Amino acid sequence: MAKDLVKTLADLKEKEALKIVEDRLRGGEDPLKILDDARRAVEIVGKRFADGEYFIPELVYSGEILKAITDMAKPKIAKGAEVKRAGKVIIGTVAGDIHDIGKDIVVFMLDVNGFEVLDLGIDVPAQKFVDKIKESGAPIVGLSGFLTLAFDSMKETVEAIKSAGLRDKVKVMIGGGQIDDQVKVYAGADAYGKDAMAAVTLAKGWIGG
Amino acid sequence: MEKKWEEMSSDERQEANLQKWVSAEGVKFVSPQAEKAYKERATRLKDAIQMKKLPDRVPVFTTYGFFPAVYAGFTPQEVMYDYDKCNIAWKKYVLDFAPDAHVGAVVPGPGKLFDILDYKLYSWPGHGVAPKYGYQCIEGEYMKADEYDAFIEDPSNFYSNIYLPRIFGALQAFTAFHIADVLEMYGAGFNFIPFGLPPVQAAYKALFEAGAEALKWVGFIGAHAAEIAANGFPAFWDGPAKAPYDMIGDTLRGTKGIMMDMYRQPDKLLKAMEVMAPLVVKNAVAGVKASGVPIVPVVMHKGADGFLSDEQYKKFYWPTFRKVLMGLIAEGIVPYGFVEGGYNSRLEIIRDLPKGKVIWFLDRTDMAKAKKILGNVACIGGNVPPGLLAIGTPQQVKDYVKKLIDTCAKDGGYIVGNGTVIEEAKPENIHAMIDFTKEYGVYKK
Repeated sequence: MAKDLVKTLADLKEKEALKIVEDRLRGGEDPLKILDDARRAVEIVGKRFADGEYFIPELVYSGEILKAITDMAKPKIAKGAEVKRAGKVIIGTVAGDIHDIGKDIVVFMLDVNGFEVLDLGIDVPAQKFVDKIKESGAPIVGLSGFLTLAFDSMKETVEAIKSAGLRDKVKVMIGGGQIDDQVKVYAGADAYGKDAMAAVTLAKGWIGG
Repeated sequence: MEKKWEEMSSDERQEANLQKWVSAEGVKFVSPQAEKAYKERATRLKDAIQMKKLPDRVPVFTTYGFFPAVYAGFTPQEVMYDYDKCNIAWKKYVLDFAPDAHVGAVVPGPGKLFDILDYKLYSWPGHGVAPKYGYQCIEGEYMKADEYDAFIEDPSNFYSNIYLPRIFGALQAFTAFHIADVLEMYGAGFNFIPFGLPPVQAAYKALFEAGAEALKWVGFIGAHAAEIAANGFPAFWDGPAKAPYDMIGDTLRGTKGIMMDMYRQPDKLLKAMEVMAPLVVKNAVAGVKASGVPIVPVVMHKGADGFLSDEQYKKFYWPTFRKVLMGLIAEGIVPYGFVEGGYNSRLEIIRDLPKGKVIWFLDRTDMAKAKKILGNVACIGGNVPPGLLAIGTPQQVKDYVKKLIDTCAKDGGYIVGNGTVIEEAKPENIHAMIDFTKEYGVYKK
């Protein structure tokens, strides 16, 4: 019997997991079904991280394996077939700050947990967040920042959202390096998350998924 | 009769180094008061480090990035390019706030040199970040996953022919050539062909210009340190070292790269760190010899809580890091661990070092726990959050420092300090941190 992809990937057995995917694709299985298994496996990785069994290397490694699996499966996905998404989340590192490692892990964990993530990248001006909220109607905005300079940029971003009349339409979560509850109050955000799984929990609490 | 250096134990070497630092040999003080203050400050820090004698009060030491520039009314960009402005700002910081020691003016770095060499490791003001912000590291795989063998077999060649051309755009021509593997008289001329090629000559021209700028800059660094010392403030760090895991993770393989390597090629990673450890020690010892400051900062990044499991920390981070620390200790140098992030799960592990030989400046670690576990072997400090200094009130800062002193200061071995470097802060909060320590931190004997 073929080994279970969910378990193999959740246990981070890279070679075995890729072999299973290869075999299943060769057997003509629906690639979306395989990707869904892989996604569920990474959800387990996230849970193990939240439980203190896994750490950041395991999150990052699972992301790499998932990327390889996606690359294998993607060419075989029929056009038009799409995965249903729970809700939209806008994410970006705020103006002046160019750090992306933490943000990328948050983007990845939100993505595998079913959210459609609109990643604006690094050093994102406040107006760009405002424009994206208008354009996408996303109900959640995540602001990332590693340095203390991010405190003011986060505050300015929340103020820009407010000035645009959009503050009651979105929930704002912040995270990164020196961010804590005091900064949350300072910036006028709704919540602070200490890691990627905290972001998932917050997003699920706000809009389900 | 004085013992020769070779015959001294690490204890004796540390005492000799610190004694020399306290005695401020060759410093031309601006006044007898400045000399007295210098010696009191340095002695206070020495006592806190060595844990043999209770200091007169808890020392207070702040680390800062570009805050002094902004405080003096300059942009980070200005102080990176104009050494006079840098001197004004960094001096003003020390004289206005009067901490027990200063970090020197190395941090802003010579902007012009970065321009000349087209430095890729950082974005700096005017080059990828706005003039009002400090420089920020650009992570990348400057060493590829399949290049471990090249590094392990010949690190010097790896740096000069592979790494440097990648991190300095102006040195790209140095890729894939060096004078020779072997060279004898017959045919020697062939070996010098590359040096005639225009891109190589341009690279050398850039090196000469960078060298001239480096001399100008180091002259400023030395004069600045001398001026601050003359005013009564000892320098507290020089000649940096790092954990081999951070060396490879920060600027060779990148955060993601090194995490993948732990899974995909753990043996090569371990071997590379073994090769790296003595090189780090050698580099730091050279720095200390040049500056005379026997306290070496060891900025720590990727071993923090959450970044590795305890098993991974014990296998990948600690063994070669401990070798670096012991290598420095053997030379009588005091490693000053600047422990960014949380370190709660590592305290028991890093406890395994001789007493009174290192300083741990902790960022987001539980300080009561740190005192309990490390308190009788190592000097600890740090933990005042830069966020609190940026957006808190002086009263909140005082309350925080009071709690820290109440928790950690008992029996010495403790320095008040901030967690990560100060970039943005309210000046009144820094005053509150330093002045309150001076008032409340006096040891009653």
